[in-house]
Amino acid sequence: MPIPPDGDSRMKVGRRGVLAFLVAAPTLTVAVRLGMGAEAAPTPASIPSLPDVSDFADLGDLLTAAALPTSRLLTLQITTANRVVLELPRAEVGQGISTAVAMIVADELDARLSDVDTPLSDARRALVWNQLTGGSNSVRSLYGPVRALAAEARARLVTAAAQRWDLPADRLVTRDTRVVAPDGRTATYGSLSAAAAKVTAPAVSARPKPESQHRVIGRPTRRVDARALVTGSAEFALDVAVPGAMAAVVARPPTIGGTVASVDDSAAKGMPGVVAVARIPTGVAVVAETFGQAIAARDALKISWGPGPVSELSDVDIRRQLRAAVPPFGPLSLLTPRIDAEFDFAFVPHAPMETNCAVADVRADRAEIWASSKTPIYAQQTIAAELGLPQDRVTMHVTRGGGSFGRKLFFDAALEAAQVSRKVGRPIRLMWTRADDVRHGRMRPATHHRLRVTHAAGQVLSYEHRVASVQTDFRTGIGEALSAMFADLVPPAYPQLVFRLTEKVPYNFGLVTELLNEIPLKLNTASWRSVYSATVRAAEEIMVDEVARKLGRDPVAFRRATLQTARGRAVLDAVASRGKWGRPMPAGHAQGVAYHEEYKSCTACLVEIDATDPRRPRVTRATIVADVGRPINPKGLEAQLLGGLTDGISTILQAGAHIDHGLPLESSFSDFRYARQRHTPSDVDIHIMPATGEPGGAGELGVPAAAGAVANAYARATGTSPRSFPINFDVDFTPLPR
Amino acid sequence: MPRYSFTVNGKPVTVEAPADLALLWVLRDKLGITGPKYGCGVGVCRACTSHLDGAEIQPCVTPVADCAGREVTTIEGLADGDTLHPVQQAWLDEDVAQCGFCQPGQIMAAVALLRRTPNPTDEDIDKVENVCRCGTYFRIRQAIKKAAAH
Repeated sequence: MPIPPDGDSRMKVGRRGVLAFLVAAPTLTVAVRLGMGAEAAPTPASIPSLPDVSDFADLGDLLTAAALPTSRLLTLQITTANRVVLELPRAEVGQGISTAVAMIVADELDARLSDVDTPLSDARRALVWNQLTGGSNSVRSLYGPVRALAAEARARLVTAAAQRWDLPADRLVTRDTRVVAPDGRTATYGSLSAAAAKVTAPAVSARPKPESQHRVIGRPTRRVDARALVTGSAEFALDVAVPGAMAAVVARPPTIGGTVASVDDSAAKGMPGVVAVARIPTGVAVVAETFGQAIAARDALKISWGPGPVSELSDVDIRRQLRAAVPPFGPLSLLTPRIDAEFDFAFVPHAPMETNCAVADVRADRAEIWASSKTPIYAQQTIAAELGLPQDRVTMHVTRGGGSFGRKLFFDAALEAAQVSRKVGRPIRLMWTRADDVRHGRMRPATHHRLRVTHAAGQVLSYEHRVASVQTDFRTGIGEALSAMFADLVPPAYPQLVFRLTEKVPYNFGLVTELLNEIPLKLNTASWRSVYSATVRAAEEIMVDEVARKLGRDPVAFRRATLQTARGRAVLDAVASRGKWGRPMPAGHAQGVAYHEEYKSCTACLVEIDATDPRRPRVTRATIVADVGRPINPKGLEAQLLGGLTDGISTILQAGAHIDHGLPLESSFSDFRYARQRHTPSDVDIHIMPATGEPGGAGELGVPAAAGAVANAYARATGTSPRSFPINFDVDFTPLPR
Repeated sequence: MPRYSFTVNGKPVTVEAPADLALLWVLRDKLGITGPKYGCGVGVCRACTSHLDGAEIQPCVTPVADCAGREVTTIEGLADGDTLHPVQQAWLDEDVAQCGFCQPGQIMAAVALLRRTPNPTDEDIDKVENVCRCGTYFRIRQAIKKAAAH
């Protein structure tokens, strides 16, 4: 086992002890080694046992530690064509991880960024717990191992050049994917790769360079795949050319989880381009030459549907159940003056631009799948089991994803594509229509929050936050990793543990308790960008404003006085200064501020809103400051914070889903009102604090602060206390017929 | 089945398709032109935005029959060889794309906007309806302004 037995040294390994070793290969290929002076060769793949949850400060620490043992299976290769290749065991869904990791490699290896490739790895079953994309943890878990790989490779390349030129290795320098001698001779890494693979011991240090010498890490850098994205050549799952693949869509029930009672497909089968109709567990698939023809034929199916598990469930019932499920406050808080508040948050579909989709080519003895997936190993396992094939007979290619926000933790489209391909005997391109995606896809669970703050002499004495949520489905996706990891832990299982490892009050509020209770409704939910924090911390930031108001304190000054960390105060000060907190605003306009810390990062957001028409509010200006410890790519980080801002604007003001008889009424972006250009500010200032430590997470960081700031600005502009989000959420549209 | 001839990105094509088959599926499923993306199928999200005789269309709601004898331009036809269109270049300069799925449509919508309104105001840019679920709107705005100044 590569992990030392005791928990403390395990963490030290995670932070400091990542080295690399040589893999037997004709050209230079290095892999990670764990621990100082440990064995120089990889041990056989084995499933490590996991430490107790209490060893970890947050979910990211746990995920990083879980990923570390199999980090030795990450490899970095130098090809003879002078390409530096690191197969990335993560999903690229827009968050920019393929750029960030390429930057880390380029910096440590002294390679040109344009010479580095970070293709997405197929599912590799040996990468247990290290091929999960989630928890804003990709940079946190890869920063150490990837630098170790690159540093080892660089040392061996320098050694090979020294041998070739008969020069002392320490006289050589590296730059631009080459080794350079004092006399000006150069050799590309590609030309040295074969010799470097034969180096037995590097003649120069194989340790990562000091962070003070970073020249790529920390430099604002454009996406490595930007040109492909703006020319239309970037390949998403349904863009992959699989010969003979046919288009498939699935007729889905009029209520989530409904069943097929009977099907009359006689009309559909005779329609142009139709190839086959096939029953699968989730509905009736129609296969045709084009998606347009498949959709037309699907509409011609005559299906009698049986009820589903939530056929009788609508928003009013869910709200009632949530209110009944909120854990009670403690008795202590009754003794002093108190402030109570309750908040409701609606369901929010993930609705990535790329609807749920996959390509599958299932043969008698093997299968090949193409899909964007944050859990490709679990997808491979599940599809293999479904098809009755050994896991290694299923190849799971991970394609770039057109957004995720948590959705691609689940791989239901890949499973359906495999089912249809097996039934029909052809390669299948399966796509969910937008209405399928909004109505039968997954959602951020609806929540109800009760908060109680007690205070005396201008100080908060206690803070209680009680949350009832529709159950968050962690069973696949992050649940695969977590379920395995948490297998030894006591119930009540994942939601409580995720909640415990992610939710933290950043203020000195005396006695603080946060409790969660989830109700097990059979709706399709999943982690949604920033998971519990998107609602829990947003509600809390609204409460902080209300407490400040009650105590006669300025919202920024009150936060500043109660924030626990100097880092947090610095971020808040910066946002107040850059955002001109307190500047005069016209009637109906106001500023709002909020703060959030998670993933070892912290951020503050200050927005200005025009709510002169409270039904059509517009955030007009936004200032965001973030401290992520060590930014890898500030430009990519700013993009993530910008996305979080848009999520905050959308979910607080206008975007959610209504459940009626077990199905969302919304079916497209016409009624699921995710923000468009006209709803977003034309003045945005995002500032990243300088590096001070280890990289924290950032992909989800921006959402809670943005949501809180928008809600607080709206409240101040309108003189109201919004309690239910999104604020403008009438059913003022005609729902698409079921 | 009827046949329709038109040009796509300057090349003549002839396809056999039902008259009401949406251009999006002719492009993607018959011609292998995958830059235009499906995002809703009802002309709302505009991820598929392309041009017909130089004007903005949503191919997901444009019957192929309407294209007969006309000129279709998709994102693939915007650059001049290796030289990007100024709007594409502005998108690169501003590092607009995140997942990138909507960006072909965003770029084609921006090109159409700048043809109609060479120096758009913020209010003009507000009228671009294309959805970006990654929320890149501010960078889209900056890129449109940059391309307009080009």
